[in-house]
Amino acid sequence: MTMHTKYSLAALLCSTMLAAPALAGGHIPADVTLAEDQTFTYRQLDEFSSVDPGVVEDVSGSEMVRDLFEGLMSQDADGNLVPGVATHFEANDDNTVYTFTLRDNAKWSNGDPVTAGDFVYAWQRAASPALASPYQWYIELMSIENGSAVIKGDKPLSDLGVKAINDTTLQVTLSAPLPYFPQMVTHGTTFPVHKATIEAHGSDWTKPGNIVSNGAYVLTEHLPNERSVRERNPMYWDDANTTIDKTVALVINDENVALTRFLAGELDRTEIPAGQFPRLKEEYPGVAISFPRLCNYYYTFNLSDSGPEVFKDVRVRKALALAVDRKIITENVLAGGQPQAYTFTPAAVAEFTPPETEMAKMAQAERDAMAKELLAEAGFGPNNPLQFDMIYNTSDGHKKIAVAMTQMWKQKLGVEATLANMEWKVFLETRGNQDFELARGAWCGDYNEASTFLDLLDSESGYNDGKFVNADVDGLLEQAKLSTDASSLYTQVEQIIAEEMPIIPIYHYAGVYMMDSDVGNWPVGNVEQNWYSKDLYKIAE
Amino acid sequence: MVDTRYDKAGELAAEVTDYTAVRGRSLMRDARDRFLANRAAIFCIAILAAIVLFVVVGPFFAVWDFETIDWVAMGDVRTLGAPSVDTGHFFGTDDLGRDLFSRTILATSTSLIVGLIGATMALVVGTAWGVIAGYYGGRLDSIMMRIVDILMAIPTVLVIILILVVAGRSFTTLFIALGAVSWLTMARIVRAQTLALKNREFVEAARAAGVSEPAIIVRHILPNLLGVVIVYASLLVPDMILAESFISFLGLGISEPYTSLGALISEGAGTMAYGTLWQMMFPLGFFIAIIFTMFFIGDGLRDALDPKDR
Amino acid sequence: MISYTFRRLLVAIPTLFLLVVTCFYLMHFAPGGPFTSERPIPPAVLANIEARYGLDQPLWKQLWDYLVNIFVYFDFGPSFAYKDRDVNDIISQGFPISLTYGFLSFVVASAVGVSLGVGAAIRHNSWLDYSAVSLGIAAQALPNFIMGPILILTFTLWLGWLPGGGWNGGQWQYLIMPVIALSTSFMGSIARITRSSMLEVLNSNFIRTARAKGLPERQIIWRHAMKPTLLPVISYLGPVFVYVLTGSVFVDIYFSTGGLGQSYVNSALTRDYAVLLGVTILYGALTIIVNLLTDLAYAWFDPKIRY
Repeated sequence: MTMHTKYSLAALLCSTMLAAPALAGGHIPADVTLAEDQTFTYRQLDEFSSVDPGVVEDVSGSEMVRDLFEGLMSQDADGNLVPGVATHFEANDDNTVYTFTLRDNAKWSNGDPVTAGDFVYAWQRAASPALASPYQWYIELMSIENGSAVIKGDKPLSDLGVKAINDTTLQVTLSAPLPYFPQMVTHGTTFPVHKATIEAHGSDWTKPGNIVSNGAYVLTEHLPNERSVRERNPMYWDDANTTIDKTVALVINDENVALTRFLAGELDRTEIPAGQFPRLKEEYPGVAISFPRLCNYYYTFNLSDSGPEVFKDVRVRKALALAVDRKIITENVLAGGQPQAYTFTPAAVAEFTPPETEMAKMAQAERDAMAKELLAEAGFGPNNPLQFDMIYNTSDGHKKIAVAMTQMWKQKLGVEATLANMEWKVFLETRGNQDFELARGAWCGDYNEASTFLDLLDSESGYNDGKFVNADVDGLLEQAKLSTDASSLYTQVEQIIAEEMPIIPIYHYAGVYMMDSDVGNWPVGNVEQNWYSKDLYKIAE
Repeated sequence: MVDTRYDKAGELAAEVTDYTAVRGRSLMRDARDRFLANRAAIFCIAILAAIVLFVVVGPFFAVWDFETIDWVAMGDVRTLGAPSVDTGHFFGTDDLGRDLFSRTILATSTSLIVGLIGATMALVVGTAWGVIAGYYGGRLDSIMMRIVDILMAIPTVLVIILILVVAGRSFTTLFIALGAVSWLTMARIVRAQTLALKNREFVEAARAAGVSEPAIIVRHILPNLLGVVIVYASLLVPDMILAESFISFLGLGISEPYTSLGALISEGAGTMAYGTLWQMMFPLGFFIAIIFTMFFIGDGLRDALDPKDR
Repeated sequence: MISYTFRRLLVAIPTLFLLVVTCFYLMHFAPGGPFTSERPIPPAVLANIEARYGLDQPLWKQLWDYLVNIFVYFDFGPSFAYKDRDVNDIISQGFPISLTYGFLSFVVASAVGVSLGVGAAIRHNSWLDYSAVSLGIAAQALPNFIMGPILILTFTLWLGWLPGGGWNGGQWQYLIMPVIALSTSFMGSIARITRSSMLEVLNSNFIRTARAKGLPERQIIWRHAMKPTLLPVISYLGPVFVYVLTGSVFVDIYFSTGGLGQSYVNSALTRDYAVLLGVTILYGALTIIVNLLTDLAYAWFDPKIRY
């Protein structure tokens, strides 16, 4: 444990690690009377893609996988690492070899012990070309030795850099030093799967009745597009400290209907539609809640060759960014406590210090004045208005923001922006082919570190749809990968973004929920919203 | 609806005298007279004309245009965005603080145009297709109806997405997309009617008398189809307006800041529980008014055009 | 008649085949594929996925494999979007649900619609006529997508009588709102068509003759007027029947019924080719059968139609 203390993040993990066992099971305050019926019912926006940890790729599915399966590490209510199946881990000097020690009392729901071999099997399976999981990229992202070659099919699965030394010791070899590797094993893709079950049932293994899982819950009912039920797993090693007996996910596509059903008492949790938070907070104090999340919302300029010439002028980009009144968007359109954004990376990201940008400090009137000046300098005025198209994918929320933005530009700068909305797949295709001028974008962090956002602006990144190319940014991001304290580097990258303005940051997400007051211990402090039913409880009313 | 047709004896008498006295009087003029005598239909024409007039004249009274955001009202739509003469938002504002009076006018004109052009396309194509298939029958009928079957079984969503994506998004493609999916039912109905008609005595008589096939279709089949076709077409207008809102819902409809009644209603329906009921009620009012009038006008036309009624 | 039916069924096979081929190519023509995602998938991973689902093959080969799987193994392939389920699962889970509430809505809409229409025609220009007409238009003017939220607000939130959504194996409490929402607009159309058709029939020569003979009005309507009245109605009902099954996407979205309508639209939006094709084939077959039944019903109602 002494090896990684020089890394701030790892040091944080280390201290949590020592304290964690004492905390286990202590999540219910003494003055709380538990409800008779420990059922937690929440709204799921969409039918989940899968509950197979190896292939799951959506938010709804990941929430279920975190309840049904348990990985090496979990997160607590504040997003800190706590032991999962592993009780602790050690890293070598340069953070390329991690050794996890597994608890010996972890069991599958059929009573089999959870061994290091189960993890090896799961990881090899997730990387295997035969399973063809869309989340194979995650194995690559984790930099596991030979990961890329195994995915390509150039090397056998057994060459993947993960070994079971014995039943309770798992050793992972990385091809690059990753100080934040332990954070990455809280992700569903790294969770173990039960080999015998998969071999017996094939692709049907996740169906209720067949599924064998090692988490606090097992899947007992699944009615697609209607609901799914997970019930307590008596074999779970920490079952004694689990309170919620049953978690029910109801699929409700329409957020307004979901809110109605919440108010009718059918749900314990649902999202609040845009603009309704202030009213609901007044009517239902303590029930309507808002807290920061790890996602950003922005518009990206097309800076590639196919993009319009005008956007290659930084003055135009800056003028447009300045004239967006973020206060109106966050307070009037969304009104859910979202922070205004002047950086790409949300301030809620751990170990990230946003730079003091000029724009953030100005008053809106000053910004508007500056925007007018810049645009005039660039040669646009009443007789020669700036014109361009902007695209967003069809959604009521995106529409409102886009309309508000075009009106701000029109009224303040005389800019004529033409709106077009597209169906999601068409939108992605259009944006990915640089067939746009200004396009909406949003990103949620895969892990709690600034690089999960800033990598999008790396010139080599496949997500860099605006084709922003800046050698300094690339260099700083490269440096950050190897750095012991990348925080200042990330701040520098943000500084460059603020100067170059390849994107217009609009706001950072907030979780805006109606949460029944009888739900205890919802992890509002977990910016990634990795929640576990086993940590919740229902209070008697 | 006041209608004197079922005064049987009188009608029969009038018919006979009418027929002998003014021979050669045109079918259309007859129909027009009958239509003008239908007070309900005339009343509906008046309402529809009023709606059209409102669409034309309304903008001159509007304080706000259809896209400008009233930032003050936007801050608190529930109270400041409510319908009021003082703020100039006669119909209130939408969720973004845009004037609903101007938006409703814009939406009504969009929807009326979409409905009429879409229904016309369906009517022309569907009738032609159905009559030819039904009248000529045999192998031609089989092939034509199988084509309808196939087209009918292709998901509407897919057809619409494809047309709008491949041909580019514009008003014209929207009409083509709507027309492409709506003429099928019309074709089936018309074919079924034609099947029934072509064995009727008067058609057989015409055929025996040596009237040419196209002439039989135009002179005997089509006039007898009018009733059903017009009733169905009057059903199609609201259908088209609704279909447009479904397209908008899929993100392929008219782009912001432009809008249609369907889009406004569905926006308003989403927020109906949040104290901004006017956002649904005004566009819905116009929507219902249009459907009501279309119905009575269609009915009046049926009564007027139905040759059996003579 | 039997040979006609047989011929029609024989023609159905190439029809279905054409449908599959058209759909298959149309689908691949739409921009974006099943694996287009916000996070661009690395080329190596994409290659694995395409190899697994056979998407790396030329289009005609994919089509051929698809057809072989259907005809030889009755396997409609895996879903691209829902990795835990294949198309057979999705259809067998969703279709019975759609069929149940769709059929109920159809029965309700036809029964109420035809009664209203007949009633209005018999009592032409009476208060019954006016209220039936108004009711019919009102039903039509309220589209499904506003019926959903209105019903849920009324019956779930304000009155607290019914659950706000779900299916629960089709218990009656869960059926009421979907059936009301789905049947209303068709009920209105059916009532209007029935009314206008009945008016026309009542005014025709053979009814006049019957009246002249002094037959009782009840007998005239039931024995003579009913059958021809229903002809155009049946014409309208055929497509409606298929539509209440396919068009139920609003119901599935608002009431979380889990029917096939939603899977269908979702599959078009997510480019889940196999699901889209599978459901299209199902609906295609259904359309063909319903159309055939419509035509047969036509012949039965109107002996003058010969096939």
